[in-house]
Amino acid sequence: MMSELIKVGMADYKVGHNPASLISYGLGSCVGIALYDPISKLGGLAHIMLPDSTQARSTENPAKFADTALPLMLEDLIKMGAAKTRIIAKIAGGAQMFTFTNATDIMRVGERNAEAVRVVLKKLDIRILAEDTGGNYGRTVELKLENGIFRVKTIDKGEKEL
Amino acid sequence: MSEDILKLSSLQLDALREVGNVGAGNAATALSQIINRKIDMTVPQVSIMPLGDVPDVVGGPDAMVAGVYLRVFGPAPSSILFLLPRDSAFYLVDMLMGRSQGSTTSLSSMDESALMEIGNILAGAYLNALSHFTKLTLLPSIPSLAMDMAGAILSVILIQLGQMGDHALVIETEFTNELDGVKGHFFLIPDPGSLNTILAAIGVKE
Repeated sequence: MMSELIKVGMADYKVGHNPASLISYGLGSCVGIALYDPISKLGGLAHIMLPDSTQARSTENPAKFADTALPLMLEDLIKMGAAKTRIIAKIAGGAQMFTFTNATDIMRVGERNAEAVRVVLKKLDIRILAEDTGGNYGRTVELKLENGIFRVKTIDKGEKEL
Repeated sequence: MSEDILKLSSLQLDALREVGNVGAGNAATALSQIINRKIDMTVPQVSIMPLGDVPDVVGGPDAMVAGVYLRVFGPAPSSILFLLPRDSAFYLVDMLMGRSQGSTTSLSSMDESALMEIGNILAGAYLNALSHFTKLTLLPSIPSLAMDMAGAILSVILIQLGQMGDHALVIETEFTNELDGVKGHFFLIPDPGSLNTILAAIGVKE
């Protein structure tokens, strides 16, 4: 049986249950955050672009920011029946795709995104079980809700399972 | 309404297309002269699209592409991105290095420099025409190269736009050389505040 593959676009998040998988293609400086409850086998995947909604002029789409996307996705999972105490997180992305000698703040946004995600998850009291962040390369991430495996694919840095 | 780009009139969009046309025409001529082959270009598309849809222009977020990225300095800060499908990048390197087509399968640091130089020349030619047309002095930064997934490469620009809104204004031209199967997309993406400056300079600000 082919299990459903749910695509998560940039600045979006989706939730689902076993046996579906959630996938997001081509993360660069964005960060992919997988939340998973291993008992109910419910999980969600967010693809955030920016660290902080309070620093931005347009906040119409809460899924774009680490500080607004993660509480919403967590709430959705709990509504579906996940238990907050069991939910763990795995994160990947936050690369710096281009290198300039005088990297401005905006060039280091990948780093800032990853840091913001850590801070928000800590605030939500969710443990990060594994992470694969930084570097200068893109990643495609997939969360398998059957077993919580978070697969990170790259073009030439191989593939790993978190 | 936080997003000005959704309110552009058709006159303004036509004017931006013309801006793209003069720039791309100049850039196509430069490219054609470097590789000594005929280069065709499409009429520039001026599109306003949701940020997440931009990678679809070049085959989806997981398409393998080479991207040369430059910042544009001056009164209308912008980003320039020259994106080529991976095979096109390899063919272009074959031409530049005088190798037979199909011999490049990965990029040496010399090959990378050559591609960055192409980006530099295209951006210079484009901005030259644009500066002349708008009377704005626009200068390119040094180029930077990445060979990766289209979504990952475009995220650099999309994130900057994401601070201001959920849509991107993209001025895009496709260059092709049918015979050798080379094609590339040239993007000019003005920073959110720069659009008004460009519109004012070409005399179509409301």
